[in-house]
Amino acid sequence: MTEISTLPLVELVGPSPRTLLHRRLLGHKGLMISVVLLTLILLVALLAPVLAPYDPYAQDLGRRLIPPVWYEKGNWAHLLGTDNLGRDYLSRTLYGARISLLIGGSVMVISGLIGTTLGLAAGYFGGRVDSLVMFVTTVRLAMPLILVALAVVATIGGSLWIVVLVLGLLKWDRFAVVMRAATQQARGLEYVAAAECVGASTLRIILGEILPNVLPHLIVVATIEAASAILLEAALSFLGLGVQPPLPSWGLMIAEAKIYMFFSFWLIAIPGTALAILVLAINMLGDGIRDVTAPAAGRA
Amino acid sequence: MLSFSLKRLGLAVLVAVAVSALAFLLLRASGDVATALAGEGARAEDIENIRRIYGLDRPLLVQYLEWIGKMLHGDFGQSLYFKTDVLELVRDKLPTTALLALFSLLFALAVSIPLGIVAAVYPNSWVDRACLGLAVVGQALPNFFFALILIMLFAVMLPILPVSGSESWSNFVLPSVALGYYVAPPFMRLARAGMIEVLASDYIRTARAKGLSGPSIVLKHALVNALVPIVALAAVQLGFLLGGSVVIETVFALDGLGYLAYQSISHLDLPVTQAIVTLLSFIYVGLTLGADLVNAWLDPRIRVG
Repeated sequence: MTEISTLPLVELVGPSPRTLLHRRLLGHKGLMISVVLLTLILLVALLAPVLAPYDPYAQDLGRRLIPPVWYEKGNWAHLLGTDNLGRDYLSRTLYGARISLLIGGSVMVISGLIGTTLGLAAGYFGGRVDSLVMFVTTVRLAMPLILVALAVVATIGGSLWIVVLVLGLLKWDRFAVVMRAATQQARGLEYVAAAECVGASTLRIILGEILPNVLPHLIVVATIEAASAILLEAALSFLGLGVQPPLPSWGLMIAEAKIYMFFSFWLIAIPGTALAILVLAINMLGDGIRDVTAPAAGRA
Repeated sequence: MLSFSLKRLGLAVLVAVAVSALAFLLLRASGDVATALAGEGARAEDIENIRRIYGLDRPLLVQYLEWIGKMLHGDFGQSLYFKTDVLELVRDKLPTTALLALFSLLFALAVSIPLGIVAAVYPNSWVDRACLGLAVVGQALPNFFFALILIMLFAVMLPILPVSGSESWSNFVLPSVALGYYVAPPFMRLARAGMIEVLASDYIRTARAKGLSGPSIVLKHALVNALVPIVALAAVQLGFLLGGSVVIETVFALDGLGYLAYQSISHLDLPVTQAIVTLLSFIYVGLTLGADLVNAWLDPRIRVG
C-alpha cells in the first residue's frame, strides 16, 4: 500500500535536490576521474611501506643510476631504476606521495582556518572589521610569497613541519577574499534574517546558517590552495630551502637529479610527472565541484 | 576622481608601511641573525660582538625605524656576503628581472588572449575544450620542472637558444616562456568569460543586425570591452611574476633580482634579502594602485561607489 501511495508524489515533486546533486556528481566525468586518481594516490601514500619494494633510504653504491625497466639497460629488480646513491626510485617516488599529500593537507587546514575565520568575520560584521580584514589581506598579498617563505625557512632551518607552518601562516589570503565575498552574499538571505529574528547567537548564525551555505566555495578554494601548497613545497625543496634530504620530497628529488638529467632524464621526469598528476587531479576535483555546485558560474 | 585617487594613495602608503614593518619583523624574528652570521661553532662572545656591531641588541622597533629612515635616504646598508652597497647591487639586477617579468607577461598575453577569444567565439566546441584542457594541464606542471624540460629540449635536441646566462636578449626567451606559461591560464579564462559576456550584449547584436562581418565584430567591437578586466589582472600577475623570478632565474642562471635574492637568502645576507622583499612589495603596491586608478578612470561606477 505505501508503495502505491508514495509513487505519484515522487513523480510530482521530482527527485530531491540531494538526489539531483548526487546525479550531477556522478555524471561529471572530470570529477570522477579526479576522485579515482586522488583515491589511488592516497592509497599509495598510506600503503607505501607495503607497496615499496625497498627501503627508500637504503643506499647501494654498487647499483647507481640504473635506468627504469623500459630502457635497454633497465632491470626488473628496480622498476623505476635507481638514483645517484643507488636508492630504489620506485620506493622513493611512492614515499614522496606522503610528503606532498601531508604538505597539501596540513597547509590547507592551517591557512583554511585562518582565512575562513577572517573572511567570515569580515563578510558578516562588515564595517570596521571588514576594513581591517581587507587591510591585513592586502598587506599579506603585497608580500612576495616565495621570497618570504624562502627567507624564513633559510633562517629557521628547513624541515617538513617548518615548511608546513610557514606556508600555512602565509597562504590564507584566497580563503579570506573568497569567504568574505560569499559571506556577504549569504548574509542577505532570508533565513539568515529569520535566524537573527528568533534570537540565534551570532556564532550560531555564522557556523549554522552561513558556513553551510558558503561551503562549496570553501571546498573549491581548499583544493586550489592544497595544489598550490604542494607546488610551492616542491619549489622550495627544489631550491634546497624546503624539506631536507634524505626525505624523498618530489621537488627535492628533482633538485638532486638536476646534474644527471642530461644522461638520466628519468630522474627528473618521474618525480615531475608524479607532481603534475597529483596537482592535476586536485585541480580537476576543484573544477568539478565548482561545476556541480554552481552550474551557472560554470567555468568562468 | 581626485578624492578617490587620494584615498587609494593613502591606503597604498599605509599598506607599504605595514608590509615593510612585517617583512622586517618576520626576517628578524625567524631566527637569531647574529648566530647565523657568526657561523657554526662560533664562541658566545663572538656572537655578542656581532650583535653589538650590527646593532642587533637594540629593541626591534628602534632597529626598524633606523632601517626605514636610512632606506628613505637611499641607504640600504652593506651586503654581508657580497660586501658591496645593497642599493647598487639591487639597481644592477633590477632591469634584468623587470625585463623577464615583462617578457613573461607578454608571452602569457600573446598565448592566452587569442586562445580565449577563439574559445569564446566557439563555446563548448572542441577548440574550447582543448584550450581548457591545456590550461588545466599547464597549471599542474611545476614551473621549475617545465624549465628543466625546456633546457633539455633546447640544449640537446634543438641547440638554437642559450639555456643559461644573461648576456643577450636570446637568454630571455626560455626563462620568459617558463615563467609566463603559468600565468597564461587565468588570462585565458578571463578573456573567454569576458568575451562571452560581451558577445551576448545588445550592442553586439546591433552590430550584427547592421550586417558587420563576424571578425570585425569580434576584434573591433567586442575585444576592447572584454579586455578591461585583463588590465587589473595583468598588474597583479606582474607582481607575481617578479616574485616567481626567484625560481626561474635560479634554474637558468639569469643574473637578476630573483637570482640575487636566492643567493642572499642562502647566505643569510639579511640586508639584501630585506631590500629585495621590501622593493618587490612596494612594486606590487604601486602596480595594484595603478590598476585601481586605471580601472576607476575607465569605469566611473568604481570611483563613485
